[in-house]
Amino acid sequence: MPSDARSLRPRAEHFVAPLEETPLQAVDAVDTTSAPRSMWGEAFRVLVRNPVFIVSALLILLVLFVSAFPGLLTSQDPTYGVLGRANQGPSAEHPFGTTTQGYDVLARTLYGTRTSVTVGFFTMILSTLIGGTLGALAGYLGGFFDAVLSRITDIFFAVPLILGAIVIGNRVDHVTVWIVVVVLGVFGWTNIARIMRGAVISVKNQDFVTASTALGASRPVILLKHVIPNAIAPVIVTATVNLGVFIVAEATLTFLGVGLPPTSVSWGGDISAAQNALRTQPMMLFYPSMALAITVLSFIMLGDAVRDALDPKARKR
Amino acid sequence: MIWYIGRRLLQMIPVFLGATLIVYLMAFASSGDPIAAIAGDKPISPAVQQALREQYNLDKPVLVQWLIYLGNVVQGDFGVGFNGRPIMDQIVAAFPVTIRLALIAVVIETIFGVIAGVIAGLKKGTIFDTTLLMLSLVVIAVPTFVIGFTAQFVLGVKLGVVQINVGRDPSWENLLLPGFVLGAVSFAYVLRLTRTSVAEVATADHVRTATAKGLSRGGVITKHILRNSLIPVVTYIGADLGALMGGAIVTERIFNINGIGSLLFRAINAGESPMIVSLVTLLVIIFLLANLIVDLLYAVLDPRIRYAQ
Repeated sequence: MPSDARSLRPRAEHFVAPLEETPLQAVDAVDTTSAPRSMWGEAFRVLVRNPVFIVSALLILLVLFVSAFPGLLTSQDPTYGVLGRANQGPSAEHPFGTTTQGYDVLARTLYGTRTSVTVGFFTMILSTLIGGTLGALAGYLGGFFDAVLSRITDIFFAVPLILGAIVIGNRVDHVTVWIVVVVLGVFGWTNIARIMRGAVISVKNQDFVTASTALGASRPVILLKHVIPNAIAPVIVTATVNLGVFIVAEATLTFLGVGLPPTSVSWGGDISAAQNALRTQPMMLFYPSMALAITVLSFIMLGDAVRDALDPKARKR
Repeated sequence: MIWYIGRRLLQMIPVFLGATLIVYLMAFASSGDPIAAIAGDKPISPAVQQALREQYNLDKPVLVQWLIYLGNVVQGDFGVGFNGRPIMDQIVAAFPVTIRLALIAVVIETIFGVIAGVIAGLKKGTIFDTTLLMLSLVVIAVPTFVIGFTAQFVLGVKLGVVQINVGRDPSWENLLLPGFVLGAVSFAYVLRLTRTSVAEVATADHVRTATAKGLSRGGVITKHILRNSLIPVVTYIGADLGALMGGAIVTERIFNINGIGSLLFRAINAGESPMIVSLVTLLVIIFLLANLIVDLLYAVLDPRIRYAQ
């Protein structure tokens, strides 16, 4: 842009000096040898400078480590309950004390991580697969398919997650982690489907999709190789937040008595058991609740940070 | 406008049918014998079993049962519960408490959520905004029942400022704390939605114009920012009304309130399928109506929708 007003004279032969003679050359130079930055590469550069992302990513790594190797952090067995040591305060042997059933609180809190992370992760995968597939098909095919698939989404959306899960959970005699995953997945995919549909619709009319069509790519290829990769970002963000929501949902189901059986080691069950001892042993409630809150919080914070990083409008401010 | 409402009502029909069918299939077609659930440990003769099967239409195919059931529901008849009382009577008895609870929750989440969200959105990036955002995350991350116990323990047991158990015929005052607990998570979502929306609208051209014209800050906020940023918030609150009725199952259990949530919980524990289906059907109807009201509110908030019809 010419900053000099005189250069804006009408019929001037040159508005600016030739590029070689200006210092702008160095400023405007584009390094054509380096690969162009992708949306994700750009987002990643923003992310690593965001303290929220660093903290949540470190917390998630910690949670994953604990769920993989809970035995490294405690020598106690979470399923070993001795009434002789019930309701003890913190000691060297039991840093968080023991429960009314004589369980070691630290061990149960650590081992409970595995249950919650398993349920959260696999439910997230299942719901994203269901919602992503239906949403992408509805958005991409449009017309009649869209109408039918959107109504199906509305139907499942109208049944609240916990209610649907309660009805099924109650009918099953021995609830396992995998049953909880399926039940929550079957009722928890609707927001993913809606977001995927919207994203696919906005992507499928863009020029690069028209270009692929003109080059003779088939419709499934276009959907899989061009539309979905460009529409997946908001879905990933929502799925990350959903993971936290599913962990809370599992704990709620177990608390209500329609989730995992009391014999399993899970935060929901521990919190439920702690309710009865709240007046005498408030710390029994504190540790599993805290572990649950930190886990859920780190996934929600990660989702938030990624959303901000992917949104150039939010980044500017 | 009439046509708009009519079209929305027609669109509700397939969703209503589908949702009730899913719930019906889940409650009846899965494992477990409802007759055994009625009988409990008491042995029951084949003749009585057969009579009961006919009474509850259990001898017919599931789809036919569902159609018969729907036909009755349309006439306001939800059938008879396992305890012999008409389900409709039990629902009518329990309903007002839950409605009041949900109303308190909605009012609390709307007022506090919108006010906090507007302040956070206008002061985006400040320490105030960050604090509110962190608070909302913590509220979302801690399960409702933990918030419920803690509030009950601290306010009820330690400080003694609220009643621990709400019990029969609660007053509005008794329902205040349960309402707070029920609305806590939604409050956090409303806050976050309002904040994002307000921050986006606050930098829009029409807001700058309004400020440049010399409109007071308060006028700009209420007339130009708030009204334009409320649409996603209204959508959320509408959809949330159905979820709140479901969420009442946890809150009512903690505070011992005899509402829809307790009724549902007892029905689930007793394997009382007709009651479960009726309650979930009712919640689905409430959810759909709430969404219809939201769609009508759109037209109030956004003239573009009003004139396009």
